[in-house]
Amino acid sequence: MPSDTPAVPVSDVRTTSPRERMRLLKDRLFGLAMGVGGISVIIAILLIFFYLFYTVLPLFEAATVRPAATVSVADDAATDLVALDEYTEIGFAADARGDWRFVDVADGRERLAGNLLGPDAGTTRVTALAAGSPAAGTLFAGTSDGRVVIARTRYSVSYPDDQRLVTPALGFPYGTEPHDVAGDGAAIRLLAGQADDDEATIAAVTADGRLLLLNITRQTSLLDDEVSFELGRAELDLDGEDVVHILMNPGQRRLFTVSTNGVLSFYDIANKASPVLVDRASLFDDDSRVTAAAMLSGGVSLVFGDSRGRLAQWFPVRDAHNTYTLAQVREFEPLPAGISHIAPEYFRKGFAAIDDAGNLGLYHATAARQLTVLPTGARTVTALAFAPRADGIIYSDASGEYHTLAVHNPHPEVSWRALWGKVWYENREGPEFIWQSSSASADFEPKFSLTPLAFGTFKAAFYSMLFAMPLAVLGAIYTAYFMSPPARSIVKPTIEVMAALPTVILGFLAGLWLAPLIERDLVGFFLCIPALPLAMVAAAFAWTRLPAAIRHRVPEGWEALLLVPVICATAWLCIELGQWLEVLFFGGSAPHWLHETWGITYDQRNSLVVGIAIGFAVIPTIFTISEDAVFSVPRSLTMGSLALGATPWQTAIKVVLLTASPGIFSALMIGMGRAVGETMIVLMATGNTPIMDLNIFQGFRALSANIAVEMPESEVHSTHYRVLFLAALVLFLVTFAVNTLAEIVRQRLRRKYASL
Amino acid sequence: MDNADRRPDVRDWVASGQPWIWLTAGTVSMSLIMVVGLLALITLRGMGHFWPAGVVELSLRDGSLMLGEYADHETVTAARVRGLGIEVPAEREFVDRFLLKVGNRDVTGADFRWVNDIDIVATRYPTAAFVAEREEWGNFYGFVDGIREGETQLDEGVDLWAEIDARLARKQDLAARIAAIEDDAMDSVNYALERLRLRERRLELDGVPAGDEAHARIAAERAELDQRYQDLSAELAALHHDIERDVLLVHTVDGEARELPFAKLVRVFRPNGMSWLAKLGHYFDKAGEFVADDPREANTEGGVFPAIFGTVLMVLLMSVFVTPFGVIAAIYLREYAQQGTMTRIIRIAVNNLAGVPSVVYGVFGLGFFVYFLGGSIDRLFFPEALPAPTFGTPGLLWSSVTLALLTVPVVIVATEEGLSRIPRSIREGSLALGATKAETLWRTVLPMATPAMMTGLILAVARAAGEVAPLMMVGVVKLAPSLPLDGNFPFLHLDRKFMHLGFHIYDVGFQSPNVEAARPLVYATALLLVIIIVALNLAAITIRNRLREKYNAAET
Repeated sequence: MPSDTPAVPVSDVRTTSPRERMRLLKDRLFGLAMGVGGISVIIAILLIFFYLFYTVLPLFEAATVRPAATVSVADDAATDLVALDEYTEIGFAADARGDWRFVDVADGRERLAGNLLGPDAGTTRVTALAAGSPAAGTLFAGTSDGRVVIARTRYSVSYPDDQRLVTPALGFPYGTEPHDVAGDGAAIRLLAGQADDDEATIAAVTADGRLLLLNITRQTSLLDDEVSFELGRAELDLDGEDVVHILMNPGQRRLFTVSTNGVLSFYDIANKASPVLVDRASLFDDDSRVTAAAMLSGGVSLVFGDSRGRLAQWFPVRDAHNTYTLAQVREFEPLPAGISHIAPEYFRKGFAAIDDAGNLGLYHATAARQLTVLPTGARTVTALAFAPRADGIIYSDASGEYHTLAVHNPHPEVSWRALWGKVWYENREGPEFIWQSSSASADFEPKFSLTPLAFGTFKAAFYSMLFAMPLAVLGAIYTAYFMSPPARSIVKPTIEVMAALPTVILGFLAGLWLAPLIERDLVGFFLCIPALPLAMVAAAFAWTRLPAAIRHRVPEGWEALLLVPVICATAWLCIELGQWLEVLFFGGSAPHWLHETWGITYDQRNSLVVGIAIGFAVIPTIFTISEDAVFSVPRSLTMGSLALGATPWQTAIKVVLLTASPGIFSALMIGMGRAVGETMIVLMATGNTPIMDLNIFQGFRALSANIAVEMPESEVHSTHYRVLFLAALVLFLVTFAVNTLAEIVRQRLRRKYASL
Repeated sequence: MDNADRRPDVRDWVASGQPWIWLTAGTVSMSLIMVVGLLALITLRGMGHFWPAGVVELSLRDGSLMLGEYADHETVTAARVRGLGIEVPAEREFVDRFLLKVGNRDVTGADFRWVNDIDIVATRYPTAAFVAEREEWGNFYGFVDGIREGETQLDEGVDLWAEIDARLARKQDLAARIAAIEDDAMDSVNYALERLRLRERRLELDGVPAGDEAHARIAAERAELDQRYQDLSAELAALHHDIERDVLLVHTVDGEARELPFAKLVRVFRPNGMSWLAKLGHYFDKAGEFVADDPREANTEGGVFPAIFGTVLMVLLMSVFVTPFGVIAAIYLREYAQQGTMTRIIRIAVNNLAGVPSVVYGVFGLGFFVYFLGGSIDRLFFPEALPAPTFGTPGLLWSSVTLALLTVPVVIVATEEGLSRIPRSIREGSLALGATKAETLWRTVLPMATPAMMTGLILAVARAAGEVAPLMMVGVVKLAPSLPLDGNFPFLHLDRKFMHLGFHIYDVGFQSPNVEAARPLVYATALLLVIIIVALNLAAITIRNRLREKYNAAET
């Protein structure tokens, strides 16, 4: 033992010979090298844990908002609308009179300015202003004579002298000439609109209280590329509601209005000629006023703020009969004073809200979180907007100042509840556990619920332990206690080979060979479960009835090999019989019968197949450790038991198994740890659909397989990437904890054996 | 069976617990059956793949003919067949279904078809039927009509099959020359051009003015390479023209005439007429192709040589990393570290790391090695290639380092085990003779612990060879354009992605567009992997036993 070696080697005596000194130096250097090398290897191993943790940590960091710049602009009308460019360098503002300007937010320099109606507007004034979806950069101005003009902000980026230069521009994609909405010259009081390259839709409330819809489609002539516009008008029924907020989704198919008494109306405007009212609901069921409204990115969710500082998210929910009803999905942490403005993020489901006392709150809808609150001190905020990358906020106040805020908020969508709890996602009927990390659509709401994946992992572990536990533990007891040594020398290397088989081969066989086989012979397979043990016992009994001459030819402890032909024959019989039973009782197709009779869906690659395959992979682990534990039970104990007249079986159960049970327990724990982390088998032998269902005939998606599938495609340092790291960390911690527990149990058992 | 001579009463027999003992024995038998059965399954299917199967011609009830090889056979209940929308006579309870590989994907669209026994009227094995393995569209099954050379068709009188063999040999020869130009000569020209581009970019980054001599040198070299490329292209065009000369005229079993250019043929043979010896030759030819050739047809045909090469190279590199570090850590833990609670905790931690899922190591490897370390290396040493990453992307180096980390606990545990087995007397003897601690370790203890280290290393290699999940993240690809070891400086390309047997199984078996066609190849690949891994494990056991004997002798 090294601890017994003397601390000072015998040769370490003062000596003057250079050769001796050289030797001592070498000794020191060697020790040093070993120390440094050894410690660094151990550190490298521990690094895994710290690096995983380090990557996951930013997910749970709080968001920060801090003031970046304030510039003052001489303007005598209040700013109604603001926006920022992608690099948060240039701010855009438009005021109630239709005057617009691009301003350098760092120094207040005006880059470009003008009026939405152009220089020769005459007596026509701008009476209402609205922004389209922030990502489109469109804005709409309604005039005193009932017309609308559509503008769009554009930023072009160039790199003269390797310096970034952002050049702003304002364009009029549907012409500088306003399009008539009212038809009778009534002034526009309130409007909402959306415009894309081919089509624009505008909803406007006139001063005389009508809600009108204007649809403009762009027609490009094939001959000369001449652009003309086709206009369609409709009027919507307001039922006397006095509208204060109006919102349209970017797809131009849904329109929402909020009236002074807090009634939310949902109109389906997919058919522009005949819009229909779908549903009405009352917001904030007391007498507070709805003071702010915004549509989140994607155009499904709406967020409303009221005069008491409350914030609520709503969206239309489709039921089984395909009818939509408005539902309040969640309420957020309120702000102290009445909400004055709400600004959505461009691409995520986040938003910012500011109250009358100047408190700015940062929220995320899916995670239902208030991320941070910054008291800005601003009294009368007139407009609020996010920067495209959600890394900045701009707001204007009544004193003609533009303020920009720097936002650091990389992972708002993750919270403990969003990861493990039920979340009500957009377009869903209620709160659910869903894992869906990506989609083809840009407006997609990522669904990071780890629960279905963890469920899948434990489903795999459960079914595989169900298969492996009896085979491995009983096999270990027999091998260690009853089997003859020559037979052991056959069995143990076979089990070692079993342990060495790569899981990718097991997964491949499970997915492509076993799964179709079990689907075909399902009845026969289930017939095997009772038939095999019965056949074994029957064979054992038959063996006792054989003439002694035959029995004596086989020495004791070779039962396992005698049973091999019996098991093979029984399994074959069961399969053959199963086919007939299937014809007789299950209408010829057991999976079909299951579905018809019990409503159980049968996937070809299901938990049963995975359970068998992973079970196969963990049997050697459990077997080897349990066998070791049983084999090292002191002989004195068993001898004593046998001497007192117990049968070998009684001794095995009451003495050996009991003494070795901690060892078997730790074997099971380690086997379970392996089953939890198994990747290739679950990847290949299940359908990998993240469903939560205990049904043994359905697949699942496990944490490990999910990592293997999605990791190579996830963007570095994105939320998805970090959540996958979190999944890996969870796997790491679970298996590490389980293995440590098992190891401690084993060490205690070893000490106990030593003391016996 | 204590009372073996007497026939016991049933009740006594049950009370003795014998049934239970037999039951536990049965569980062992089941495990044995599973292991042996699995190995047998892989061996049979894997080895059977290369044997030339007979080409069967089926006359179906509807009067049509089918030509192909039997690929699978199953007996299913009639209800399941009816469930597929196929009419089965009411009195039938079971149906025998045959999967026929009919090939001719370019003609029929699908190269596998299920046939039910009720549809089969007659079965024949025509000797004239031939199989053509092609470089695209899979196998062709049909009958040979003649050969066309350029525009002229060969006379009827010639020995057709001798001509086919001769022309196929000519094609193989030309193809080899084309491959030599494309894969070696042109590849190295392209590689040199790419290096020139990077050198030029480097000069730009370093701020060397455009008129500099260095730029001129690069331009000269490039002109030379371009010229060489032109020459090679011309040579290649001539060869391509040559190889297009011959066309095999054939017809399918339905009588549809087809032309198969020799340029696309790999092998042409008539399995029904082959002697046993010829089949054996064919078998070894195919097996050799499997081991030594590149894959064809989206990995579903041909060989797996790049995968074997990649696996072996990755494992070798991993051994280079894992051995010294594992051994040093073990020596430190056992010989130098203060034994106490801390070392016990470390020991448990190291032990348990062997049980951490391999996919976690993959995640760590991708995040830390590839993105963090690799990204830093790129910024420091390969700025000219950016934004294209050099080491900041999955590759051979990161794969072997990740697997080294994965397997280092195995080596540490095994080495420590070996060190702890060495009797104290040996150390004390050495120290008493005046040796320093380092000398004692180096000259006596470590040599005696080599069996343990070897065992650890071999087990590590066996584990690494079979791991796939972490590799999917840190460097394995389904088809690597070039091997990570070639004739272009610096010869060993640690930054390249590589192919791997285990991943090949996953990819071909599950991601391939034509799983059915690929299945035999997957079995063969699985067999190869099992052989490698079982051989490594057996080697570990043998070496362990032999060296242990040797040192046991030394100890006594």
